[in-house]
Amino acid sequence: MTNGPMTALPSESRLSLAQPRVPVWVVNLGLTALLAVLWPIDRLMAEYMDPYFLRILVLIGINVMLAVSLNLINGITGQFSLGHAGFMAIGAYTTGTIMHYWRPEGPMIPVAIVALLILGGVFASAAGLVIGIPTLRLRGDYLAIATLGFGEIIYTLIINTEYIGPLRVGGASGLHGIPIVANFFWTYAGVVVCVVCVWRIAYSAKGMAFRAVREDEVAAAAMGIDTTYYKVSAFVIGAFFSGVAGGLFAMYQGNLDPAGFRFMRSFEIVVMVVLGGQGSITGSILAAAILTYLPEQLRFLSGVWRMIFYSILLIGMMLLRPGGLLGSRELWWTRRRIEPPRHPVAS
Amino acid sequence: MVRRLPRPLAVSSSLLLGLLVGLLLVSCKKQPGASVSGNEIPVGEFASLTGSTATFGQSSHEGLMLAVEQINAAGGVLGGKTIRIIYEDDRSEQAEATTAVQKLISRDRVVAVIGEVASSRSLAGATVCQQYKIPMLSPASTNPAVTRVGDYIFRICFTDDFQGTVGAQFANKQGWKRVAVFTDVANDYSKGLAAAFRAEYSRGAGTIVAEESYRAEDNDFKAQLTTIKSANPDAVYLPGYYGDVVKILVQARQLGITVPFFGGDGWDSEETLKLGAAANGCFFTTHYHPDDPRPEVQKFIADYKARYNGKVPDAMAILGYDAGRVIADAINRAGRPEPAAIRDALAQTNNFPGASGVITIDENRNARKPIVILELQNGTTRLKDSIAPQ
Amino acid sequence: MHDLLQQLVNGLSIGAVYALIALGYTMVYGVLRLINFAHGEVYMSGAVVGYYVAQATTQHNLPTWLALPIVFASAMLACSVLGFLIEFFAYRPLRHSPRLVALITAIGMSLLLQNVAQMSSVFGPTPRRMPPLIEPRVVISFYVGQAASPVTVSNLDLLSFGLAMLLMVVLWWIVTKTRTGLALRAVSYRFDTASLMGINTNRIISFTFVLGSALAAVAGVVDAIRYDVKPLMGLMPGLKAFVAAVLGGIGSIPGAAVGGMLIGLLETMAKGYISSAYGDAAAFVVLILILLIRPSGLLASPAAEKV
Repeated sequence: MTNGPMTALPSESRLSLAQPRVPVWVVNLGLTALLAVLWPIDRLMAEYMDPYFLRILVLIGINVMLAVSLNLINGITGQFSLGHAGFMAIGAYTTGTIMHYWRPEGPMIPVAIVALLILGGVFASAAGLVIGIPTLRLRGDYLAIATLGFGEIIYTLIINTEYIGPLRVGGASGLHGIPIVANFFWTYAGVVVCVVCVWRIAYSAKGMAFRAVREDEVAAAAMGIDTTYYKVSAFVIGAFFSGVAGGLFAMYQGNLDPAGFRFMRSFEIVVMVVLGGQGSITGSILAAAILTYLPEQLRFLSGVWRMIFYSILLIGMMLLRPGGLLGSRELWWTRRRIEPPRHPVAS
Repeated sequence: MVRRLPRPLAVSSSLLLGLLVGLLLVSCKKQPGASVSGNEIPVGEFASLTGSTATFGQSSHEGLMLAVEQINAAGGVLGGKTIRIIYEDDRSEQAEATTAVQKLISRDRVVAVIGEVASSRSLAGATVCQQYKIPMLSPASTNPAVTRVGDYIFRICFTDDFQGTVGAQFANKQGWKRVAVFTDVANDYSKGLAAAFRAEYSRGAGTIVAEESYRAEDNDFKAQLTTIKSANPDAVYLPGYYGDVVKILVQARQLGITVPFFGGDGWDSEETLKLGAAANGCFFTTHYHPDDPRPEVQKFIADYKARYNGKVPDAMAILGYDAGRVIADAINRAGRPEPAAIRDALAQTNNFPGASGVITIDENRNARKPIVILELQNGTTRLKDSIAPQ
Repeated sequence: MHDLLQQLVNGLSIGAVYALIALGYTMVYGVLRLINFAHGEVYMSGAVVGYYVAQATTQHNLPTWLALPIVFASAMLACSVLGFLIEFFAYRPLRHSPRLVALITAIGMSLLLQNVAQMSSVFGPTPRRMPPLIEPRVVISFYVGQAASPVTVSNLDLLSFGLAMLLMVVLWWIVTKTRTGLALRAVSYRFDTASLMGINTNRIISFTFVLGSALAAVAGVVDAIRYDVKPLMGLMPGLKAFVAAVLGGIGSIPGAAVGGMLIGLLETMAKGYISSAYGDAAAFVVLILILLIRPSGLLASPAAEKV
């Protein structure tokens, strides 16, 4: 019996094995050009754009990274993780504490940013490994709760740590005074890297294996797929980008509050993935943008009503359109969605 | 060969393009600086109206609104201009606080910002306010780091250092040689008070016989209280918020701990009084005494009850109220609704008759106020001591 | 020794409440294979209803022996209705959807209830204490060894433990000795076959929710009396009670009871002997260990996975 979301399998296999219409080197060149053009865009925005709006854009970028990385774990590999904010926290605190201590100047800043983001991602991956391996045997709901538990354990560890050696962590008071060096450029450079990586993984031969694990683990194992490897890989890769997103957040916000990395944060990211459609990368991007921007537009609604609207939206979505906005197709797929067979409840 | 784009691609890309252009048009930067139009002076407030610390945010918000309503009804500031409070909810989240303050400054172009109660969120907001040179006044954040962010950041409450030190001096004066410290580790305020207490108390003759911790969301403290009981202290320093203090006192008495507990202004609330016998013989440091004959205090309590359906104000409410009055006073003294002028006027606040005490802003932009020590007996408080600022 | 016994008393007292909530989780999971995330909020609703009814009884000066049962009964009634409504509107339409969809709906429902409770017109965010229905008194106290003070058991401890035991016995009786209970067990064993056997599965599922919610309501009122009432009070106990249900073997009623007690004890011991900071984390560490070592729980037999 499968736990995965509704998918359209035959069409996906056709897509994955299709010849790309554009040669890879052209795509790579295009991506590099995109990264290069982000820098002048960032400078222009800093000059002319409303800083509040710019902040929303940066937050959207960070949320896109979180949603896409979670989609790899939840949507594509079908491992329902509710502890994604824990990976973000590890990345944020790794980057934040070292930045706070180091305080690089001038030309060292870009070096520091790249180095620390990668370091944050690596540490978060390590945590992904630690979480992924023991939870291999768990399915669906149990996995969800176990990952939730891990998230809470990470939170508890953070609030009880004031210092790690010379690095100030801050415990429950949080960490203040991280140099604010991240901006639109770094954030969206991270977004481009993350989306490209996850996209290439998802739509490759290896990606098929991830999806096979989601659809029916036993059948996949019978087909000779090392389900352990793929499940753990999903956690590790997803955690890496979550850590990078966390590092960017730390360097943009300048302060870290451990309370912002708890279950509610994990859940907000899950909602983005679910709204966009589990398994749809463009869906996650869209949903992350919508769900970051929408609360800002709804500020006129007094606080509690905002949250009530949010939860009704979620319930309504699940009742009426559980596949999310895009189901498991990407934004421009032309094929029609194939209705899956109905799943029995218990068997 | 020209091929037509498949329909979903065409639709979605034109939608996205349209959205992008629209957003870019909307997002252009306005003229820098604050704006005052007509007869309204926009003042921003960011508070935790929802979320885990909603009760404190709402309290301080209510106090502030009461003050501003009264000031506007009495003729406003600067010869007839009204203060318009533009408030944003930060949902008790730090990142939200930064976004809220950024919006208040960039979009609403406020001349000053009031907030917040929690030090971590005040720090987040202060970073933004200092960057854009908009004066910020925190009603209740006690972490010393807040005002150190920059010269545009002020507070009208005393800092943890001061309050914790006073607590320790009181303990020494009471002759308590063995004290247990029970801190809320998830709370900056509690940790700050405990740290200051420890530093001052260890200079005296007493020893700290037990250090226990709890988290504000806990309900059951019997495990830690049992350990405290075994350590046999003369008194227990409990620098927490009243929600937990109330539960801790009840459970402590249930466990048979009879020694006095004492704490800080987080105790100041009707809930603590309602405890009755369980709180007898306990003390706490706070801003004012409800029977203080000063007219500001009595008027505030009466007005607050009238405005909010008989609700008794707590410490946050009175601080929010004073924040509103101090800002209005600063605007008046500044002579013009400009952030830089308001900042200078705030820095020169001297002996302002606030409801929560006579407020003077010192050179570190903290408030120098007297602190009172109250004793709880049979559901009421009795003034035990009053300490002038150093 | 004194400390250990006192912590034991504390732990069992807390554990009894966890057990009551865990029973609701385990029964719902047994029939629907759904983690009802909103269950913690049902517990909170019981506390809120109990608060308002207690205020009313205090205003009319009803004596405790009359007020207390009224408070409990009204909370149980209100929560039963709430549980029924939640199942009817949010979970029943998703009966045949993938489990994760229902899980996400449950989380959404939990958020909704939390925020409705935070509205000032319903309850508001400020924690409030119950009007004094029971004066906490020490009922049993005995000296152990050389301790300077006795181990104390208060009337509230007895109330929570006693009520939990009583309700668990009633539940056990319902599940094992009545026809509805038999139907419930049938549905939890094999959903499709049970409906083929003529059991009205919809009614049984509603009944399960009603039962579980009533128990959660009792837990809510007990905690409201012992501590206070606040809109976010259901989150942590809900999670811990779920851990308890898993610990005891999800789907197993005695398992939930045992699991609840164990989690209560573990948490208290962790707070007392390791560090109070890690008390909450202790429950989650236990969860992960159990899921790794014996995922089916303590009291259930390991189920083979069917392909």
